[in-house]
Amino acid sequence: MSTLTKPKFDEELTISNDPRNNKDTPKTTVYDTKDLNLWYGDTHALKDINLSIYEKEVTAIIGPSGCGKSTYLKTLNRMVELVPSVRTSGMITYKGKSILDKSFKVEDLRTKVGMVFQKPNPFPKSIYDNIAYGPKIHGIRNKKTLDEIVEKSLRGASIWDEVKDRLKENAYGLSGGQQQRICIARCLAIEPDVILMDEPTSALDPKSTLRVEELIHELKKEYSIIIVTHNMQQAARISDRTAFFLNGEVIEFDETDKIFTTPTDSRTEDYISGRFG
Amino acid sequence: MKYVDAAQVQKKMNGRILKNNILKTLFLAATLFGLVILAILIIRVLLQGASWINLDFLTGKLSTSADRAGIMGAILGTFWLMVVVIPVTLFLGVGTAIYLELYARKGKFQSFVQTNIANLAGVPSIVYGILGMTLFVRALDFGNIVLAGGLTMSLLVLPIIIVAAQEAVRAVPQDLSAASYGMGATKWQTVKNIILPAALPGILTGSILSLSRAIGETAPLVVIGIPALLIPFPGGIMDKFTVLPMQIYYWTLDSSLVAEYANLAAATIIVLLVLLFLLNATAIIIRNKFQKRY
Repeated sequence: MSTLTKPKFDEELTISNDPRNNKDTPKTTVYDTKDLNLWYGDTHALKDINLSIYEKEVTAIIGPSGCGKSTYLKTLNRMVELVPSVRTSGMITYKGKSILDKSFKVEDLRTKVGMVFQKPNPFPKSIYDNIAYGPKIHGIRNKKTLDEIVEKSLRGASIWDEVKDRLKENAYGLSGGQQQRICIARCLAIEPDVILMDEPTSALDPKSTLRVEELIHELKKEYSIIIVTHNMQQAARISDRTAFFLNGEVIEFDETDKIFTTPTDSRTEDYISGRFG
Repeated sequence: MKYVDAAQVQKKMNGRILKNNILKTLFLAATLFGLVILAILIIRVLLQGASWINLDFLTGKLSTSADRAGIMGAILGTFWLMVVVIPVTLFLGVGTAIYLELYARKGKFQSFVQTNIANLAGVPSIVYGILGMTLFVRALDFGNIVLAGGLTMSLLVLPIIIVAAQEAVRAVPQDLSAASYGMGATKWQTVKNIILPAALPGILTGSILSLSRAIGETAPLVVIGIPALLIPFPGGIMDKFTVLPMQIYYWTLDSSLVAEYANLAAATIIVLLVLLFLLNATAIIIRNKFQKRY
């Protein structure tokens, strides 16, 4: 087995990313997936998925196109149900509660689990209204409270300084990278516990990508983050744990360092060394 | 040896170009045909009716004597008809479109409704007139008042509004609604805050265009039975009424008795056309102003 060198991004980042640094404190899980199967009509998209997502970590999901990684992410906040003819079996618990039960309110789940999409998708509204949207739909009407949420969220997404003087302007006037950070801020405004990110940097240039990655590193102090990415360097740089998906199955799930240096499955090794996918 | 023989190509060149030019002229003629007919119609109507349009004609009451007749009653009738048609079609049409696009499960019921809406759009307007007479004038015993005519017209244009609104709703990018659902918004919150504002220009354009259809439509009202000579102005939706196209119809019908009625009909056509052009212009302005901000 060839030794793969982990791509270096930032020395400090790499060290603090290493879960072995805090081995003594046992991590609690936010999501536990047990024997999850999912079908789109007749297509068996996810097969017997067993996976745990740990609190205040970045979990990366990698794999070739069509391997089910986005589907799995969207199952975690049940956005997958927007696709007609989806069926699931098995169980996903979020903090101990089974979320795939029809009795579990999706609105409630999505208040605790925010989502950032592949393409920046701000609303055609002002920057302020974009951020205040989530709090407003949950019933917050007080102007002062909203002002504070907007500022806190924009600061949290490290874009406050760039937009503080033009909160009333349409978010479409911002660059793609700024728009994506607005979307992250919009997601923070509902004060979630978990943030799901579906290839959040695939539509961004390298500089904007770097800023979003730095932001993700900041955010994991307070949030549990699950990120789907095509970019293996990105997974290596920012995640604590990595799951490798292939043809709807989890081939390997482990600490990111282990996945990228000593993978146990030869398919994982083939994929991360660029032999396929 | 070459497969493409240069001499042969050269020989056929002129023929090909000629064919192209002949067809170009043919297509141009097809385009101009409609325009020329429209121009002839407008010129004819203007020559015949323009001199009859004055303040007295626009504000006066109907009369059997041609030089004292006015069309204020018909203008008001058209207005009250719209007072019924606009809210009824907007509510039913947009409501149906939202249900079919966003709430209904894709399945047999949805495609059954969808097919029938498409079919209804093709039903001749006189059939709607018969439906309106049976249902509103007789069964519900409204009589031939604005409300009955307005509900009949609403049924007539409803399929058009539904289809226009469906297309407008479908054109809203899915990642916008996904972002809203992703934050825990309910369907209605997403519809109200994201989808309707984005779809509004499309819905308005479609609505205005179908309203101009309702304003110009005559056949259903003939069936419902609009009085040929109605002197009092309609004051509300419970009154008897006449509308501009009905007046054109009756005056044209009676022009064999009184020759000047043809001029009155032409003058009324001008008024109706101006009204319809204004409505269509509004639709275009709305479309251009709000077009594609995402």
